[in-house]
Amino acid sequence: MSAYPENYRYTKEHEWVRVDGDSGWIGITDHAQQELGDIVYVDLPKVGAKLEQGKTLGSVESVKAVSDIYAPVSGEVVEVNEALQTAPEKLNQDPHGEAWLVRIRLTAPDELNQLLSAADYQNYIGA
Amino acid sequence: MLDAIGVQAIEDLFRQLPPEVRFHGALNLPAGKSEYEIVDYFRARGAEGANGYASFLGAGVYNHYRPVLVDTVVSRGEFLTSYTPYQAEISQGILTSIFEFQTMVCQLTGMDAANASMYDGSTATPEAAMMAARITGRDRVLVARSVHPEYREVLRTYTQHQGIPVEEFAYDPGSGRIDADDLQRRLDDNTAAVIVQSPNFFGIVENIREAAAIAHKKGALLVDVFTEAVALGLIEPPSDADIVAGELQSFAISPSYGGPFAGVIATKQTYIRQMPGRLVGQTKDAQGNRAFCLTLATREQHIRREKATSNICTNQALIALMATVFMAVYGKEGLRELAVQNLSKARYLANRLPLRFRAPFFNEFVVSANGRSPEEINATLLGRKIIGGLPLGRYYPELDGCMLLCCTEMSKREHMDAVADAFGADSSK
Amino acid sequence: MIRKVRTHINQNEPLLFERSSPGKKGYQLPELDVPAVDPVDALGPENTRDEIPGFPEVSEVDVIRHFTRLSTWNYAIDLGLYPLGSCTMKYNPRINEVVARIEGLAWAHPYQPEALSQGAMEIIAALEAALAEITGMHAVTLQPAAGAHGELTGILLTRALLASRGNPRKKILVPDSAHGTNPATATMAGYSVENIKSNDRGMIDVESLRRAVNEDVAALMVTNPNTVGVFEEEITRIAAILHEKGALVYMDGANMNALVGVARPGDFGVDVMHLNLHKTFSTPHGGGGPGSGAVAVTRELEPFLPAPRLKRAGGSWTWNYDLPQTIGRVRAYYGNFGVLVRALAYIMAHGAEGLRKATLDAVLNANYIRKLIEPYYQIAYDAPSMHECVFSDDRQAARGVRTGDIAKRLIDYGFHPYTVSFPLIVRGALMIEPTETEGKQELDLFCDALISIAREVEENPEIVLKAPHSTRTSRVDEVTAARKPIVRWKPESEAAQAPAEAITPATERAGP
Repeated sequence: MSAYPENYRYTKEHEWVRVDGDSGWIGITDHAQQELGDIVYVDLPKVGAKLEQGKTLGSVESVKAVSDIYAPVSGEVVEVNEALQTAPEKLNQDPHGEAWLVRIRLTAPDELNQLLSAADYQNYIGA
Repeated sequence: MLDAIGVQAIEDLFRQLPPEVRFHGALNLPAGKSEYEIVDYFRARGAEGANGYASFLGAGVYNHYRPVLVDTVVSRGEFLTSYTPYQAEISQGILTSIFEFQTMVCQLTGMDAANASMYDGSTATPEAAMMAARITGRDRVLVARSVHPEYREVLRTYTQHQGIPVEEFAYDPGSGRIDADDLQRRLDDNTAAVIVQSPNFFGIVENIREAAAIAHKKGALLVDVFTEAVALGLIEPPSDADIVAGELQSFAISPSYGGPFAGVIATKQTYIRQMPGRLVGQTKDAQGNRAFCLTLATREQHIRREKATSNICTNQALIALMATVFMAVYGKEGLRELAVQNLSKARYLANRLPLRFRAPFFNEFVVSANGRSPEEINATLLGRKIIGGLPLGRYYPELDGCMLLCCTEMSKREHMDAVADAFGADSSK
Repeated sequence: MIRKVRTHINQNEPLLFERSSPGKKGYQLPELDVPAVDPVDALGPENTRDEIPGFPEVSEVDVIRHFTRLSTWNYAIDLGLYPLGSCTMKYNPRINEVVARIEGLAWAHPYQPEALSQGAMEIIAALEAALAEITGMHAVTLQPAAGAHGELTGILLTRALLASRGNPRKKILVPDSAHGTNPATATMAGYSVENIKSNDRGMIDVESLRRAVNEDVAALMVTNPNTVGVFEEEITRIAAILHEKGALVYMDGANMNALVGVARPGDFGVDVMHLNLHKTFSTPHGGGGPGSGAVAVTRELEPFLPAPRLKRAGGSWTWNYDLPQTIGRVRAYYGNFGVLVRALAYIMAHGAEGLRKATLDAVLNANYIRKLIEPYYQIAYDAPSMHECVFSDDRQAARGVRTGDIAKRLIDYGFHPYTVSFPLIVRGALMIEPTETEGKQELDLFCDALISIAREVEENPEIVLKAPHSTRTSRVDEVTAARKPIVRWKPESEAAQAPAEAITPATERAGP
């Protein structure tokens, strides 16, 4: 089980965001990957796509389920984690690290204030 | 059993149905019949058919010989009475055969992936158009008028409420091939797919490479439709198309008054997640042995529901198995030899008749009736227990007075001579 | 104790392509009675292909052994109970196979003259009439090729009728217990989907429905009995709520095996419905198809049915294409005729009383199973069961065993599993439909197996978690299949060097 880093912010839809300057890395939580089971495919936006907080940015698939991923904050996609296309299993192995989904340029950093802290998120999922 | 359940009568198990929804009468249907009476009834209906007639009808449904092995295999209860292979461990038989089917369809069409089957060619065609719309993010569809008229009707029915306008483009009145200029004129930056058929409804072999180049120049996908699968044994595979939507009735599937047949969609590797229908994939079991299972199911309705690639669920598995056995029986040499026989028979008859189009054709061709009506010629032939060609006026007003004839390996020379005679003035009377 | 099966020899068999050797033949064509044509001369070199790379070359005995061996790897109704819920896997009478192969029917061309097609047309007309009588509806089309195809036809008919009244409306209501085909169909017909919650009895919550129905709603798609095997007791009130607002009731007839001869949808407010002839009327499932999705409608909807329609004129049948209000064709020709022949033969063999008795027995069998295994598994809803019963794996999940594991263990006992994890509203669903064609012996064996597995879950869950143990193929790795899709055979040399090509993402287009 992966730890929930203190410096990340979380959503009730089980996404996380890590911020460094005006860059944000988005991923799904360890709890989410456990619920989904073996992840077989990840569908991600293209570089340049504009994300709006709370709107779908892509989806992850297990053998028998598809789950939408929602943008925790608004921004423009500047990099997509291409490695997940050929190795979606990374999402099961290292959801908070190597298996980030997209890197964005934050367009509304204030939105971060609405997100959960690591402690609050763990509380929320009953961990 | 009633005691175990704890009720007095089976009727008690229906108490939850409110009285107003119960049907209290008896269905107005005849009493149950014996096997003998049932066979008798259907034999009598069959006898009202065309037993003993030779036929020159094609137009999407072909009269090919069916090797007896095909029926032997599909009559086995293990294939006939099994369900969709969701439980892979006890469904390896059908799963393996579908994997072989997918492979052989790819080998024939030059595509990378084929699905486990669609209802038929006419419904595979709109599904291919919808797939192209999803892939390109565009919505307009251009379809050649030389695509089977009923396929075009189904295309319109399917797409009319999905915001996918369908427009037709012309065929060249001299060659019978698509009118490339007309296609180019109508293509725009919002065109998702160009749909052509080869051999087309007139039997003519289209230039798929050229059609694909035209479509691709505007960023549209090329969908190639086929109705006569035997042609694929001989003609250049449509590898330049992006999606192939076809009908495999020619592969040992009896005409059966129009169905059940087996459609299929095949495509390039890059588009497989946009493909509708079931798909079998190779994997391993817990012991490390090769095994097969249904895969990429997240495309389908039982998982993605309103966002699925299609609503298709039940397909035509058993019919696809017939086609699979057929392909195994004929194999590499046989399919080619069969195609050459079809080509030769069609040439034999066509050489004696006034051909309407000049481009090369496979086993179907359009002829004009020499000033007489096609119906009149057909009436003459019927008197000799021969069913003639399909009069085209109903589908193509400009081809009124023409008919579409088809010759297969089943067409006998004496019957072809009789058809030629029926065209030749009054010599047949 | 496993009583139904023991292991037996089971042949290995390579793929056709691996069996292939150059020059082998399984066919013999007649000698050509016309001059042979050179394909390159006739078609031109640019239109003529070389050989088909990789295509099989095998002998006749190779073919028969290949497919016979493969067939032994399949479970089938002919081998025993096939209790897939909502799939109605009943015995397929062989007489139906015989009549469908009668030459004048099997070899009838759809464009042959009507004068030579009267027998085939009579069969279609007779089946339409019988299905109209069974459903209590006014008219039937047999053009749709399967259930989902029938749904599409039915919703397009709904749209056409509403459009003729001035407004096709915007959405379709679908209960959360519905088959996935229902929402997928609504999308294909250009509607948005709104889900309706079920209540704690597994039925549509009438008050939620009432709140959801307004002038934007085109129809409700309802399965009755629904997918938890429960009859929607409020169906007449539900229909009235829809009709009051000018909306229609579409019935998914997947579970009609619980109603034939006992209740008719036309009598309880249904406007349009489909039947799965491959379920209720016993046409063989064939490993996934073919089916037939007959659609039955009220008098109001009849003018919109797909063209052509049969018409009686001058003492014979004719196809009528002059239908100004038709939604158009949903398929080439007239439907899966060979399937229609089988369904009519089934109806003739049963007659009115036999059909009704089949319904009674189907419901009896399901309730018998429910009673016997209810002490061991958690029934999903207390409401009375019709032709199928749905349990949840709650008790077994507490021991770490889920419905999918129990299903795999059933295989070791000689049974095909029930429907797993559906409907979605039941956590860990086991959906069991025995059908009327099973006798008490087979039902007892099945219940014994489920009871024995319940004990194993308590005493030795590992044996269930690793099942099946007795099959030639052990648990199949579906995850690898989906992560690295291999969907066609390639020679080893090519397969090894195949590049992992990029795959276009599934959501390139947001949807129509």
